[in-house]
Amino acid sequence: MSDQLIYATEVILNGLMAGVLYALVALGFVLIYKASGIFNYAQGVMALFAAMTLVGIMNGQVPFAHLINATFGVHVTHFGWTIPALLAILLTMGVMILLAWAVQQFVMRHLVGQEPIILFMATIGLAYFLEGVADLMWGSEIKTLDVGLPQGLNVWIDDTTYGIFGYGFFIDNLDIVATVIAALLVAALVAFSQYTKQGRAMRAVADDHQAALSVGISLNFIWVLVWSVAGFVALVAGIMWGTKSGVQFSLSLIALKALPVLMLGGFTSIPGAIVGGLIIGVGEKLFEFAVGPLVGGATENWFAYVLALIFLVFRPQGLFGEKIIERV
Amino acid sequence: MKMKLATAALSALIAAGPALADLTFPSLSYRTGAYAAGGIPFADGYADYFTLLNERDGGIGGVKANVLECETGYNTEKGVECYESTKGAGALVYQPLSTGITYQLIPKATADGIPIHSMGYGRTSAKNGKVFSNVFNYPANYWDGASGAVNYLLEINGGDIKGKKIALVYHNSAYGKEPIRTLEELSKKHGFELSTLPVDHPGQEQKSQWLQIRRDKPDYVLMWGWGVMNQVAVQEAANIRFPMENFIGIWWSGSENDVLPAGDAANGYKALTFHNVGTDFPLFDDLKKYVIDAGKAAGAGDQVGTVLYNRGLYAAMLAAEAAKKAQEISGKADITAADMRDGMEALEITEAKMAELGLPNFGPTFSVSCENHGGDALVGVTQWDATSKTWSLISDFKPTDGDVIGALIEEDSSAYATENNISPRCN
Repeated sequence: MSDQLIYATEVILNGLMAGVLYALVALGFVLIYKASGIFNYAQGVMALFAAMTLVGIMNGQVPFAHLINATFGVHVTHFGWTIPALLAILLTMGVMILLAWAVQQFVMRHLVGQEPIILFMATIGLAYFLEGVADLMWGSEIKTLDVGLPQGLNVWIDDTTYGIFGYGFFIDNLDIVATVIAALLVAALVAFSQYTKQGRAMRAVADDHQAALSVGISLNFIWVLVWSVAGFVALVAGIMWGTKSGVQFSLSLIALKALPVLMLGGFTSIPGAIVGGLIIGVGEKLFEFAVGPLVGGATENWFAYVLALIFLVFRPQGLFGEKIIERV
Repeated sequence: MKMKLATAALSALIAAGPALADLTFPSLSYRTGAYAAGGIPFADGYADYFTLLNERDGGIGGVKANVLECETGYNTEKGVECYESTKGAGALVYQPLSTGITYQLIPKATADGIPIHSMGYGRTSAKNGKVFSNVFNYPANYWDGASGAVNYLLEINGGDIKGKKIALVYHNSAYGKEPIRTLEELSKKHGFELSTLPVDHPGQEQKSQWLQIRRDKPDYVLMWGWGVMNQVAVQEAANIRFPMENFIGIWWSGSENDVLPAGDAANGYKALTFHNVGTDFPLFDDLKKYVIDAGKAAGAGDQVGTVLYNRGLYAAMLAAEAAKKAQEISGKADITAADMRDGMEALEITEAKMAELGLPNFGPTFSVSCENHGGDALVGVTQWDATSKTWSLISDFKPTDGDVIGALIEEDSSAYATENNISPRCN
């Protein structure tokens, strides 16, 4: 095998892994859009908020410490304890459920029946609000997130591929973990929506709000449930990306990586988010490898959108999106 | 009722505004947004130094210093708004703290007669005082940084880097592209092989660039990064097991923020600098006594001694020294922006002065003149110790390649002068 082909194979594998990380972010968008028709602009900020809350809880940080100190003239920063990662994740999930309830109670409930664009704008407001709350609650400094996930070169893959090709492939252990977690997450989401009462109710609401209401399904409950599940997905994405770069405000920008995935995979399909993520991941990495050096590099951001747009020419609803047929 | 509210608002505005006799130093800070982690310590250091002067010395030359903070969120439009809203308050000098904002303010501030100090950022060719009358970028600029990195590599390679492979990983923006021309010139001069790898904003995903580095196996990697790009790059370098001691960032890629997330893997990473790090200087004792312990710190006091806090403090110290020089030249304590500009142009920082200020060996010695607004271009190198979680200055502040940089500055500033119909001064 030629060197270029070997390198391209390594790039493809890394593209697949990166695609999984993109898909993790895209999943949160899909869940909310599927159930309520809302494009949740705040999904990236939710990942940031979840990750910051997780680090804060793990480190025993006092929430709103700056505000407390400024108001009462005291100097508190930490409780003086640390909490194990697993327990902290559960507690963070509790916070995300509380957030879901608050979003439903104070924002979405009052906008029932409004145009989708109004709901979308409400999520823009929510994004800015959440970002401010996260800042006030946990501070702006970059935080190290270590929940025990392995990171760095996978030596086994490096050695094995070196034995075969005479060149060791680089695969990040964190990407492997992300792939496994994403697979489990998708399986769990599919099982939840297919085999549980709440999951079926969620699908019923997604299909037709009025019909779901008429058979006694509580819209309020379902939407809190959906936002909670999206919050959980945001937490998983926040952990993966936060482990890589530290938890910081730029984490909210990972939403930008999800948009081409959604355009390509469709806004309403969980498998679509995964397949879309993989195609975008491989496509952008391969393009950067093959064409990047000829055009000065840094092609990944824009090429992801170009790739998504090319797919849209042939399938406007995305690869797995529902075809909208409107009778006039 | 409306009248009462308007009167109350006006009273509050007057009360909040500076007293006329104050020396006003606007601080275009960014304590919110994606880059807040870098903006907060700088703003704290900048404000705390002036608080120290007020509390300990009664101000500068007997006049209190007033730091007028305006939040930019590291956004160029907001930065310009901040400039417009604060310039009327008697602003003496602007530290825009963003290359984008600096570029926007250069023509405005020049027209308004207010000096700009873009310390280690902004338009590099502003070093040429003959063209840029109101812009100062001492003690070092990006091109000095590029040359400083190459000089350091020459030093550790016995003066010969011919045939060595050096990769530049850079933020794909005007800022990130700044060192390319200088490095290209230096690669011709010293015979090293330069490759450039752009990273798109914000830099959360850099797998392609680091896979290429792994394939190409450069001897050294230089980085011009900012924000999350830095943390991800250090982590990716660790992931591919690139030797950290061969990885050197510009000063905006060399704070605690950039290395802490990678943990022990970041050990040995290096960064260029134009000021020292830590708190082991006599001035910090006064800072503790008069500012931190007195509860007058701008922030929580937890940033003192960090790289970016020290940079903010250093910027404030240089502004205060220029103000003193301005008072000396003009013969009055209540100086104007025009006096301040003259003070900056006559600034001379010697080691004796640094020691007198309680900051021995904190920064390079340099002098400013009408022709040279960039100082003596001395650059040092720091290294990160992951165990003690501290940066250490591992070299002296050393000269950069004036021949190469001087020619580039002349070329760029001449083009600017032609475009803007500026007649060179200092004749």
